[in-house]
Amino acid sequence: MKELTDFRIQTRAWLEANCPESMRQPVKDPFDLYWGGRSATFKSEDQKKWFNKMLEKKWVVPYWETKYGGGGLTPEENNILTQEMTRLGCRKPLYSFGISMLGPALLKFATEEQKAHYLPQIIEGKIWWCQGYSEPNSGSDLASLQTKAIDKGDHFEITGSKVWTSYADKSDWIFCLVRTDFEATKHTGISFVLIDMASKGVSTRPIKLISGKSPFCETFFDGVKVPKENLIGTLNEGWNIAKFLLTHERQMIGGIGETDVRKKVHKVALENLPINAQGLINDGVIRSQISNFEMDEEIFDLTIQRITDESKTGNNSGALSSFFKFYGTELNIARQELLMSTRGTDALIWEENEKSDGDLARKFCRSKGNSIEGGTSEIQLNIISKLILGLPTK
Amino acid sequence: MALIITEEQKMLRDSAAELLKVKAPVSEMRALRDAGYKNYSNNLWDEMTALGWTALTVPESYNGLNFGFVGLGQILEQTGRNLSKSPLISSILLGASALRLSDNEKLKTSYFPGVINGSTLLTLAIQEGKYHQVTSFKTKATLKGENYILNGSKSMVIDGTSASHFIVVAKTDKEINLFLVDALSKGVSISKNVLMDAGTYADVNFDNVSVNTNNKLNLNQDGRIMLEKLMAIAYSGLSAELLGICQQAFDMTIQYLKERSQFGVIIGTYQALQHRAAGLFSEIELCKSIVLKALQAVDENEPNILYYAHLAKAKLGKTAKIVTNEAIQMHGGIGVTDDADIGFYLKRARVAQQLFGDYNYHLDQLSLIKGY
Repeated sequence: MKELTDFRIQTRAWLEANCPESMRQPVKDPFDLYWGGRSATFKSEDQKKWFNKMLEKKWVVPYWETKYGGGGLTPEENNILTQEMTRLGCRKPLYSFGISMLGPALLKFATEEQKAHYLPQIIEGKIWWCQGYSEPNSGSDLASLQTKAIDKGDHFEITGSKVWTSYADKSDWIFCLVRTDFEATKHTGISFVLIDMASKGVSTRPIKLISGKSPFCETFFDGVKVPKENLIGTLNEGWNIAKFLLTHERQMIGGIGETDVRKKVHKVALENLPINAQGLINDGVIRSQISNFEMDEEIFDLTIQRITDESKTGNNSGALSSFFKFYGTELNIARQELLMSTRGTDALIWEENEKSDGDLARKFCRSKGNSIEGGTSEIQLNIISKLILGLPTK
Repeated sequence: MALIITEEQKMLRDSAAELLKVKAPVSEMRALRDAGYKNYSNNLWDEMTALGWTALTVPESYNGLNFGFVGLGQILEQTGRNLSKSPLISSILLGASALRLSDNEKLKTSYFPGVINGSTLLTLAIQEGKYHQVTSFKTKATLKGENYILNGSKSMVIDGTSASHFIVVAKTDKEINLFLVDALSKGVSISKNVLMDAGTYADVNFDNVSVNTNNKLNLNQDGRIMLEKLMAIAYSGLSAELLGICQQAFDMTIQYLKERSQFGVIIGTYQALQHRAAGLFSEIELCKSIVLKALQAVDENEPNILYYAHLAKAKLGKTAKIVTNEAIQMHGGIGVTDDADIGFYLKRARVAQQLFGDYNYHLDQLSLIKGY
């Protein structure tokens, strides 16, 4: 206990000394975050300084082993670091699907050689990774994917298209699910490969959403040559990696490990809605809706804590990530809905003016995707029914 | 502090689950009801006493186990699962806690032994009228020589017909005080109400009841603050019971969905039911977290125990309604028959969610604490 308390004190002091003030402010535009990559540019001197400090401290990925460039922190120490970063409002030094998604998959399924090659690059932010999962005809039914990888001896030849590939137009590499056995049942003919986006035959097209500009793209593969050593895990067993990765993705979308502090809805309400003589929100209907929302929000946070604590003692089911994803995204949707109500007609402003930055209406529209991406709420409920409740399928 | 229960607390939970499943299952509750709404069986109470459940939250200096409220919560969760009837809520969760919070050493020394051996049955007389309230009530205590004279009417006194003593919340001018009053005192009249959970509750009238000044629980402390702590314990404990009710009603419903066939298929294969079940599962996951947090806050004597207790009772009150309503619906016709046990869960949930304030009350308190 004493060591952890000391660690907290030292961590707090170090963050206070090294995290620049501007890196403790929430970002206005997600495009202002640092994602690294071959053609990485820092948006500010502070951003550069913060990344380099964290890199030097080995805290870009504090919980990976030191041999890969991680900080080698224990889960308890890592928790403390996350809490202290949250307390100060520190941004993550590097945003990366390499850290949150590919890394965990490599750690579990890759060869030692592959780990030693890819993991340090992820930490140093040298490669910007994107994810190639969904296809135009394979959304909820992901395992029906049709992007083909044909065995050409020393390499695969890949043809097909992916959709919802976030930042594909800016990424250097993509981790991708492809079909390698065309005779097998749909779950058993899939493989997990890494593809250099600079390869001949790869092209991307951005997708505009109902909220406006978005990082999403479509990605096309037209006879792309991919060396066989880029296969991760066993040929035709990529679905296991896919499921494992989806668990991580769902926890991420569900909000686990988030360090940004979001303003409480009731505070926004007090600043905007009419207040009565007692200083309370005059409209009792919205007041109780906010209260109910904040009740669930707070208890959901406690639930993340409880289940994280339980998993340390080995009591956890991977299917719980479906619960987190379902509940966390439904909560965010409810949050956006309430914020829209509290801001009245100002909430409708789309183009920035003196009354509003036009952010709220866009965030509201964007939140509609939360219960779809990473597996719809309905898919998560299916998984809970089947894997946790043991309800039969027809 | 980690949001999990310790090995010792787990052992207590498991032994409570085993005992109650055998000695006080739902069939026992049905038998008590059919025997004229009996409140509890003496044998079960003796057994609970022998196991030390009555001493669980009593400090060691009064020969208690000082095991804590997370521990008591584990037992209450199991009484919720089995709908086991006993004076655990009235005499231990409420009564023993009031004594524990008291600074009247003489009173504690003379009453804890009887509470621990089960012969003294305490209960709390706080509510007036039909709604839970904490500080706005009418019952008055007027000092006259060595005694206080109590006047007022209390309602919804749990086990009020079988209690040996009442802990009465009364006002002297503007101050809130708590008094320990013998149920046999002159001027006390008790009338019985049988509620939908087949439990008996009492309206208790105090007509010039004389109580010695030595029977005041708060000597040198503000009765209002003491009462707030007691309420935090009451809300958290009832939430633990409601958690047990939710879990059991849900488990029974899932079991039914796996057994019942219609149109030639098991009804649990229908997505319309699966998704509702998965939604209920999610709500119960949240309930587990807040009940544990609220009980831990009591044990740790955290400054915001009342806040977590309101959160717990609000969430559990709401969820218990949803879960038991859905449980009946998913059981179909059998669910509305008296032969099926699921109806007892609906009925107990209704009472437990209303006792000490329902979802609406606690949600309102939460907003007030946060200043909106």
